[in-house]
Amino acid sequence: MIRYIRWCGYFCAALVVALLCNVARVQIWESAAYGANPANKRPAIARYAEPRGDVLVDGKPVTGSRDSGQLLRHERTYANGPLYAPVTGFSSQTYGTSFVERAEDPLLSGTDPGLSAFPLWYDLARGRPAGGNVATTIRAALQSAAYTGLAGKRGAVAALEPATGRILALVSSPSYDPAVLSGTGTRVKAAWERLNADPAKPMLNRALRETYPPGSTFKIVTAAAALEAGVVTDVDAPTETPDPYPLPGTSTLLPNAGTGCVDASMAEAVQWSCNTVMAKIGVQVGLEGMVRAAQRLGFNDDTLRVPSWVSRSNFDTDMSPDQLALSAIGQFNTKATPLQMAMVAAAVANGGELKSPHLVDRTTQDDGDLVRNADQHTLGRAMSPGTAMRMQELMVKVVRDGTGRNAAIPGATVGGKTGTAQHGVGNAGTPYAWFISWAKADGAPFPAVAVAVVVEDAAANRRDISGNSAAAPIARAVMEAALRKP
Amino acid sequence: MTALTAKVAEPAPPPPRGDRAAKRRGVELALLTGAVLISVLGHLHVGYASTGRLPEGSSHYAAGLFGAALLAHLAVRFGAPHADPLVLPIAFLLNGLGLVLIRRLDLTTPHHLTAGEQLRWSALGVVLFVLVVGLLRDHRVLQRYAYLSVAVALVLMLVPVFFPAVNGAHIWIRLAGLSFQPGEFAKILLAVFFASYLAANRTALALGGRRLFWKLKLLPGRVLGPILTIWLLSVGVLILERDLGTSLLFFGLFVIMLFTATGRIGWIAIGLLLAAVGAYAVATFEPHVHGRVDDWMNPFASIDRGEGPGQLAQSLFAFGAGGLLGAGLGHGQSFLIGFAAKSDFILATAGEELGLVGLAAILLLYGLLVDRGFRAGLALRDPFGRLLATGLASILALQVFVIAGGVTGLIPLTGMAMPFLAQGGSSVVTNWIIVALLIRLGDCARRPQAAAREVAE
Repeated sequence: MIRYIRWCGYFCAALVVALLCNVARVQIWESAAYGANPANKRPAIARYAEPRGDVLVDGKPVTGSRDSGQLLRHERTYANGPLYAPVTGFSSQTYGTSFVERAEDPLLSGTDPGLSAFPLWYDLARGRPAGGNVATTIRAALQSAAYTGLAGKRGAVAALEPATGRILALVSSPSYDPAVLSGTGTRVKAAWERLNADPAKPMLNRALRETYPPGSTFKIVTAAAALEAGVVTDVDAPTETPDPYPLPGTSTLLPNAGTGCVDASMAEAVQWSCNTVMAKIGVQVGLEGMVRAAQRLGFNDDTLRVPSWVSRSNFDTDMSPDQLALSAIGQFNTKATPLQMAMVAAAVANGGELKSPHLVDRTTQDDGDLVRNADQHTLGRAMSPGTAMRMQELMVKVVRDGTGRNAAIPGATVGGKTGTAQHGVGNAGTPYAWFISWAKADGAPFPAVAVAVVVEDAAANRRDISGNSAAAPIARAVMEAALRKP
Repeated sequence: MTALTAKVAEPAPPPPRGDRAAKRRGVELALLTGAVLISVLGHLHVGYASTGRLPEGSSHYAAGLFGAALLAHLAVRFGAPHADPLVLPIAFLLNGLGLVLIRRLDLTTPHHLTAGEQLRWSALGVVLFVLVVGLLRDHRVLQRYAYLSVAVALVLMLVPVFFPAVNGAHIWIRLAGLSFQPGEFAKILLAVFFASYLAANRTALALGGRRLFWKLKLLPGRVLGPILTIWLLSVGVLILERDLGTSLLFFGLFVIMLFTATGRIGWIAIGLLLAAVGAYAVATFEPHVHGRVDDWMNPFASIDRGEGPGQLAQSLFAFGAGGLLGAGLGHGQSFLIGFAAKSDFILATAGEELGLVGLAAILLLYGLLVDRGFRAGLALRDPFGRLLATGLASILALQVFVIAGGVTGLIPLTGMAMPFLAQGGSSVVTNWIIVALLIRLGDCARRPQAAAREVAE
């Protein structure tokens, strides 16, 4: 019997070994796969166990955290949610994250290795450091001025510091409060469905993600291209352009909105927004020159991150001369985000050098220690300094004595360009009123700000002048806020 | 003749030091102290991890545990002085760990606190341990009650059929607010019956029967009858009570003891064949069991169906989250498993919070306890004692394998209590009685005079 008891003992030992092997398989081999299973709530529980780090504007948090006492413990709160929604995005336990909340999620949620001097320690202890803070480049005064200026109308504002690329304001209107998406449950679901079904598209970030035909504001690109290509050497020389201008190779006649464009110089054409002159100049520059000029300003680039991705602004690379003529005045297939047009104004204001636009100034640990500074770099030279200086003069004239007089600010040099983009079949859609501009305080070494404003509902006035009436005052309010020292 | 007489008359020399079995009661006390210390520290850690303060009444708790351990130790010291010194500390450590894990899970279910109840049942278990060790001076007495044992066991197993099902299984009796699992007690009684019956009939079983062909022999009906009866009963219990675990345990116990008694591999083959036929039939026709097998084959199917993770998937997630070192006591999320987290799935909490290291330690503790049972069986001289020790050790081993294998996805899940760890009064009390019997068997096995008497007989 001794022998058989031993065999039973070996059998039981084999059972224990089988258990140990299986447990090792589950806990070591399968561990990562189980952790990554979307039905496993542990990552979410760990993620919301501690308050999320904050997004800062002017050093003050515009976000917060609320202990809900639920399984997913901390929910996001927003101070002034609609105002900063295009910057922060939302952080939802149900629908994930967007914009800065998404781009800086590892830092805000505490998984960024930069948050700990000893990342290995947190691996061993299975904890995670407190979420870090993200200081944005946004200035509250500019943001409020832009948001108030839009006053619920559909539109967007993007403002940049030309010398650095810092995004000073980023507004989309109408907006929404991201706080309604923070938690879980039926109310969050209902809010999500309501926001998505809203025809006004409040969750659309029009400043970064919507592209509009830039209309006459694109004439700045065309003028710069002409100067760079040497097509125009004297901005005040007559261009021998008829009014209306027959589009090359067609019998279509391109008219002007105003008068006095017959045989106007390029300076006058920018000042009074002559379609005929700029279309003709665009054709003279040629497809290759126009494409190069537009791309150096950021068109056709779908890799731009601020750090959220920005929609690609388009300038077609394969067009017939008549299409090129229309594209040169910001029509046909030419499309731009408000940020793109702010970059155009910023490049002119910054002597031709285009800085990379960015929204995050610095990231810090919970206690304020620096994690990373903004990666400030140049996107390249969009135009020569000489061209930029001439373009500055042209833009100043628009504001001083042209179509953009509503943007003038006493005590500052302001350059601008109006635009009204017609779109839709037979121009049936709502025209977009544009204004792009930059401002430099008298005596200041650098321009303080470059702004692009687009307003969608300038329905009453279909002429270029609507850019001046609907969009320029908003741009002026933003520029005034920028010129006031913080 | 004279030489022989002279030899006998000669005083026996004292046995050499290595041969004399040491009592090692001091070792037991030291290990017991360690086991209680680990339990108390675990208790403090769980409280501190959840509230940031040490739990109230900790000193009473510690004093109570030390008192119980001391009482059990004294019972062994005076009632079974030669018993194996490892058995009692392992039982205390496992019971203490179970209390820690249940208390930890209580923190996530504030409306359903069970640690206190478990503590009272454990105390009752220790009292019964002391009584068994104190009153049962010789295990061979049990042999006399073999048929009474099996009668009581069958009654206990059948009674729950007349009580309402709890969570789909008819294995509980609810009386006066107490719920009670009689099948737990039945397993000791069955082990006693098997050991007694097989010890009495093992010659017939090993040698008797008509030869069919080669080595295979048909057994005489007189001996075969009870075996078939037991098999049919175990399947019957399963069907009536929907308790796959218990029937598997009884059947496995029977096959192991039959093999130990007769040494015939054929028994194992027949046993496995019968078990396979029974299990296949039940898994096919019983939806409750069928679902368990489906879960085992594909634990994440319910996720794919959009119904969220089931218990087994949640259990696997918990083990996976533990990894090598565990999340730390009080830092896991094993409560996601749901209502059975404290009972059937207690091991998942151990796996998540103590990690592979802690879980392996627990499994090895069980292995060590089973090993001590087999050692007692090897050292005993009487067939009944050998079979009983083998049976009790096998009960522990099978139970640990069935439940641990179930919650880790090695075999289909069957509802069963992890000995000492899981919440459940009947289980804890039963296991303390098993440990008391192992202590008694170990004491007989290691007692020097027992060996001497055996040789004289």
